[in-house]
Amino acid sequence: MMQILAIDPLLTGELLWTPLLIVLLKVVVVFVVGLLATMLMVWFERKVIAGMQNRIGPNKAGPFGILQTLADGIKLFFKEDLIPERSDRFVFKLAPYLAFVPAFLTFAIIPLGGDFRGGNDGLVTWFGHQTRVQLADPPIGILFALAISSIAIYGIMLAGWSSGSKYPLLGSVRASAQMVSYEAALGLSVAAVVLVTGTLSTSGIVARQSTLGNWNVIVTGIIPFFIFMVAATAELNRPPFDLVEAEQELVGGFNTEYASLRFALFYLAEFMNTVTMSALIVTLFFGGPQPISVGSTTIDIPIIGNALEGTVWLLLKVLVFLYIYVWFRATLPRFRYDQLMNLGWKVLIPASLGWFILLAAQRVGQSAGWDRYVVTIATALVLLVSYSLLMLAQRTSTNERKRDGVMF
Amino acid sequence: MELFVFVCAAAMVLVGAIGVITRNNPVHAALSLVLTLFGIAVLFVANNAHFLAAVQVIVYAGAIVVLFLFVIMLLGVDRAEDLSTEPLTAQRPLALVVGIGVAGVIIAAIVKSQDALLVRGTGINSATLEDADANIRQLSRSIFSDYVFAFEVTSVLLLIAVVGTVVMSRRQRGQHVEESA
Repeated sequence: MMQILAIDPLLTGELLWTPLLIVLLKVVVVFVVGLLATMLMVWFERKVIAGMQNRIGPNKAGPFGILQTLADGIKLFFKEDLIPERSDRFVFKLAPYLAFVPAFLTFAIIPLGGDFRGGNDGLVTWFGHQTRVQLADPPIGILFALAISSIAIYGIMLAGWSSGSKYPLLGSVRASAQMVSYEAALGLSVAAVVLVTGTLSTSGIVARQSTLGNWNVIVTGIIPFFIFMVAATAELNRPPFDLVEAEQELVGGFNTEYASLRFALFYLAEFMNTVTMSALIVTLFFGGPQPISVGSTTIDIPIIGNALEGTVWLLLKVLVFLYIYVWFRATLPRFRYDQLMNLGWKVLIPASLGWFILLAAQRVGQSAGWDRYVVTIATALVLLVSYSLLMLAQRTSTNERKRDGVMF
Repeated sequence: MELFVFVCAAAMVLVGAIGVITRNNPVHAALSLVLTLFGIAVLFVANNAHFLAAVQVIVYAGAIVVLFLFVIMLLGVDRAEDLSTEPLTAQRPLALVVGIGVAGVIIAAIVKSQDALLVRGTGINSATLEDADANIRQLSRSIFSDYVFAFEVTSVLLLIAVVGTVVMSRRQRGQHVEESA
């Protein structure tokens, strides 16, 4: 019965007060950490982008302007709450929460710390109870993140529709098409990770990546990581895939009509998603809270204990990806809509599917005792033939359409 | 606890299902459908079918209803429909007859198989319930070995549907659509 909540040694056996309090404490901590991380991410992004553009950026509120987000939040809180006359009032009010809640839910399954080194499974003992440094470790693990990311579409989609205005609607139609398209590539690259680790649980995935050579980015052969990174950027609607809120074309995209606290919720959800997606990349491909270790030598941070050190490592790794996301924003120009769809459907999905088949073939070959290189070359040849067929089909249809005089 | 979860989930399913047929606005109806699908996912989790619950949310709530909404928005039929005029006159009485018929068949099936329902399911290896990965392994083994024919036939069916859609929506050369609706 307790499996409904989570597979956690804390929750087996009868329900007592101490485990319940620990769970409540974890909920509060994860929520506060999530909010704080988001707040700092907004500041970090503004500051780094300012640096890249030779500006100073926020520098008034607090040291280095670190409290700027708080100031903005308070300002938004006291602004007038507008509801457009032509809007669908119920859905209009509901949409910000549909965007905000999924952003937090994904954070629940990320292992935030714990000692995974030397075959440990990341369990820590708090107040005499064994538990994990993650809010929930559901049996479906990483599928939970995929489910939540597919739910997150609703917030944006309904926000645009319920505003009762043209530009938000265009933004939300773009958003839903984009997110549905890239979800397939995202799921297939996650499937590659699940295939090599053999488990869905996020803590299980982290536990398998004990040394640098065991990190999934190397084990899966780097391609799924790149696909995941691109698809995740598209899922987040961040530049260069921010067609959803292309301000030159759509005023402000799906959230044009929103003001005050509701706008703040969208803004928060967007940055929260960036943080969780970075943490998810680190969990899936870069060992999560595992320290960097080559062979038998481990880079150990002295003084602090191993379990807490996991949190430090996670933080450092996540920071790298957050920086990369900001870097993307400062560097890359926005995609055109047909380029976006071409990249998603004709490049990323075939590439991730092909790579997945290659990995699967290697595993089958391994258990059947076939020669590794023969299997790889044979699979690569098959994939090459299928890809050239796909290209041929595309070229034929393009030629046909050109003869018909239809663009694209 | 189990009863509590069931009552909550059943209430979600029922409220959603009633919402689907009573709301005039297609978008509201689609959202009610999402509520129903979520309720079913909760029921799956309560029965330890975690994988099915995830698939339920990813496929039905995350993809299918999103596509419904997408079509509703693109076609601009999101205004509340006027249900006072009937496009097909025989529709409502027929629907009533079919509805009563289906309900009767379901009730009859339940009454007839009352004893069978009280027996616990035997197809599931309950030893694997504790280990979630084993649960998935069992499911995939039966899909890809015992029922592989049904699985492949389903995928062929879906492929036919896709090809059919492409063929039907593609314009023939030189045959331009006249009406500009």
